[in-house]
Amino acid sequence: MAAGQSAVSVIIPTMLSPEQIESRLERMLLKVQKPGRYVGGELNVVVKDWDEISTKVALVFPDIYDIGISNLGLQILYDLVNQRPDALAERAYAPWVDMEALMRSGDIPLYSLESKHPLAAFDILGFSLPYETLYTNALNLLDLSGIPLRSAERSATDPLIIAGGHACFNPEPMYAFIDAFVIGEGEEVIGEIIDTVKNVKGQTLKVNDVGHSTFDRELLLRELAQIPGVYVPRFYDVSYHEDGTLASIIPNVPEAPKTIIKRMVAKLPPPTTRFLVPNIDVVHNRVSVEVMRGCTRGCRFCQAGMITRPVRERSVEEIVQAAEAAVDATGAEELALLSLSSSDYTDILDLVTRIGEKFGDKHLTVSLPSLRIDTVSVALMEKLKDRRSGGFTLAPEAATERMRRIINKFITDEQLLETARAIYARGWTNIKLYFMIGHPSETLEDVQAIADLCKRVLVEGRKALGGKAKVHAGVSTFIPKPHTPFQWVAVDTVEQIRAKQELLMHELRGPAFKLSWTPPEDTLLEAWLARGDRRMAEVVYAAWKNGTKFDAWQDQRQFEAWNAAFASQELDPAFYTHRPRQSDEIFPWDHISDAVRKKTLYADYSRSLEGEIRQDCREECYACGILPTFAATRREFPGIYWKCPEVKSPAGGKQTAAGGG
Amino acid sequence: MRLRITFEKSGALRYTGHLDLHSLWERTVRRARLPLAYTQGFHPGPKIQLASALPLGFIGRAEIVDLWINEPGDALERNFKERLQPSAPPGLLISSVEVVDEHSPALQTQMVSAEYLVTLLDPAERPGLENGISALLATVALPRERRGKTYDLRPLIESLCLLPEGESGCLQLKMCLAAREGATGRPEEVLDTLGIPFETTRIERTGLILK
Repeated sequence: MAAGQSAVSVIIPTMLSPEQIESRLERMLLKVQKPGRYVGGELNVVVKDWDEISTKVALVFPDIYDIGISNLGLQILYDLVNQRPDALAERAYAPWVDMEALMRSGDIPLYSLESKHPLAAFDILGFSLPYETLYTNALNLLDLSGIPLRSAERSATDPLIIAGGHACFNPEPMYAFIDAFVIGEGEEVIGEIIDTVKNVKGQTLKVNDVGHSTFDRELLLRELAQIPGVYVPRFYDVSYHEDGTLASIIPNVPEAPKTIIKRMVAKLPPPTTRFLVPNIDVVHNRVSVEVMRGCTRGCRFCQAGMITRPVRERSVEEIVQAAEAAVDATGAEELALLSLSSSDYTDILDLVTRIGEKFGDKHLTVSLPSLRIDTVSVALMEKLKDRRSGGFTLAPEAATERMRRIINKFITDEQLLETARAIYARGWTNIKLYFMIGHPSETLEDVQAIADLCKRVLVEGRKALGGKAKVHAGVSTFIPKPHTPFQWVAVDTVEQIRAKQELLMHELRGPAFKLSWTPPEDTLLEAWLARGDRRMAEVVYAAWKNGTKFDAWQDQRQFEAWNAAFASQELDPAFYTHRPRQSDEIFPWDHISDAVRKKTLYADYSRSLEGEIRQDCREECYACGILPTFAATRREFPGIYWKCPEVKSPAGGKQTAAGGG
Repeated sequence: MRLRITFEKSGALRYTGHLDLHSLWERTVRRARLPLAYTQGFHPGPKIQLASALPLGFIGRAEIVDLWINEPGDALERNFKERLQPSAPPGLLISSVEVVDEHSPALQTQMVSAEYLVTLLDPAERPGLENGISALLATVALPRERRGKTYDLRPLIESLCLLPEGESGCLQLKMCLAAREGATGRPEEVLDTLGIPFETTRIERTGLILK
């Protein structure tokens, strides 16, 4: 609609100035819970001169401040954009329901925490979508900003709406609302997007003293579509078979590539250390340093492990320095060393020793997530042991040998029990065990084995600690996520999930056990959103119209409104979740590539059905597709910090990467 | 070593509560690389004492906190104010730092009264408000209920007056209220008896009076 329209013919919406917003806020903030969520002013905040900066980016995390503030991805982008002299990044989060009601009744649009400008005054709104249950919140925030929800309805004066994050590896359920998606890692592409916006930007109009840029949107989007890793959904046509499955996804302009290959940063940039320090208590009061990105384990249910390949490590030196700088810059009481699998970091012992020495007496808690189930992990944690917490977390995921072979996470019961013995012996009183139910071909016997294993772990605890020993079983439900070997699998029905959960509730009673689980409705909702096609966008819209938001919050989520939304679109939710897929089905995300080939995933799924384990790909390259896609990059960045084999073939060769062809 | 710091809490920090302010001080001291002292025991905590909780939304102009630090070896390191201020978050402005007797009584027990400045954000009739104040001060008792308990507000009001018109054109009230343990007057209760909704005001605590 807006395409090609000249800027002057557009009626510009009225826009509040920052002063007007601030004065309205002052009368409102004491009526809401935790008003500190809505005022910014944190240590290390960056507030630039609005009128001096050409490109303004609002980074939006569509959940509340308490959760969004510690999101590492958003902090990295905030840092990177603000390092540019010609751009600024400010932030916005979802107001909680009390604040939203007051903002709507008091005519306050969503505004940035830094300068209190309405979001509609920015050039770019970048939504962080790490998980699918943020979709309705994203729509709600666009609505609160007074920006048309649908990409097609936006005009020359509206900001460019982009989104990135793991959920965007299947962007289709949000295709109608986001102008352009970033697929993969954002550190480099954000700069390219800002450059493009800067070049395409037309005149700046002043509304109520607030500068307002205009764009030729069609031109801008065509330019963006040419940036590797950027997906502009309007430039693709989708058709369906009669049974509702996809027939084709085809570009409709020459600028749009047939397949959008994810962005991957060859060498991890220096870690962000100037973290924003909230002035109020939030969910994670911590600074994070990413130790490595990617995972070589190949657990078949794990989306993160597939889409973040290849493994790239930072050096011990860089991590220790960054940790020190981050603690100095923030005064933080907790440091998280992040990765998908800490034990796999090459120099983990050296890293943990150095961190322990450096911060041992500083009243700092160091967390090291995702440790392997072995006694080495216990020794590692011992070096970092935090006196304030009593728990040790392990993730066996399944409790029978058959299941462990199916999901490709193989450990023995004896390994787990030996680790548990070592943990209790060293004084930890509580072991948290993560399991997943709903794996392919799982039976009630496999679920019973989860309960039995928890009991055997507790027996070890009782031997060491008597009545103090505790076991916490965290049992989530499997969702077949896009881009994984299990993407062909059906989700358990609500009845199947309930039966399994009831079994566990019955078995794991008593004060020594704690059991947590995911309500089946939450699992289904996440599965619909994760697996949806373009028709799902209308379901998301209808659900939002029905009043759903905060779908990740069990006390807010409205399952019936979602069912009504499906009904209003005459779509069957079971189509998206309870249907096994043919090997050759075209998935809604097939034009989005994480560089791991679909045939590789299918081969691994077939192996799973045979109960065949595939070991860590550091041991042997299985030619997943990463190396042929990024052969030139690998050639340019040889060395051990990538865990893929070196590429020896000469430049220019086609798909001749070592082990990768 | 016990440090007594007088500071201003304003800007975004108006919306940071008492417990969170505690953490803010802890982090500020850590960033300044001063050796904060910790309590002994299974759950060691930093030794930080705030004189009086400032209600959410109030601006503090002269708040007081005591911090215990382990003796810094270097005499140069005694420029506490210069060391702490750059490490403080926006909105936390240090006016003075003095070393006080390690064993003097806890700050909370020394509190006597607190002074407030209230700015009315909405236009109001000056004569009407003056009459209201006179009537209030003329009463012998002001029985009120707060959180299910009745109490008398009147003896907690030490002084209350309307200030001469300032540049902003907004009416401003000045009051001094008792702030002893178990006998604390709250400015929003005074405003309520005057018929002023507290969300239409900006309240500053301008001074804490210690024994």
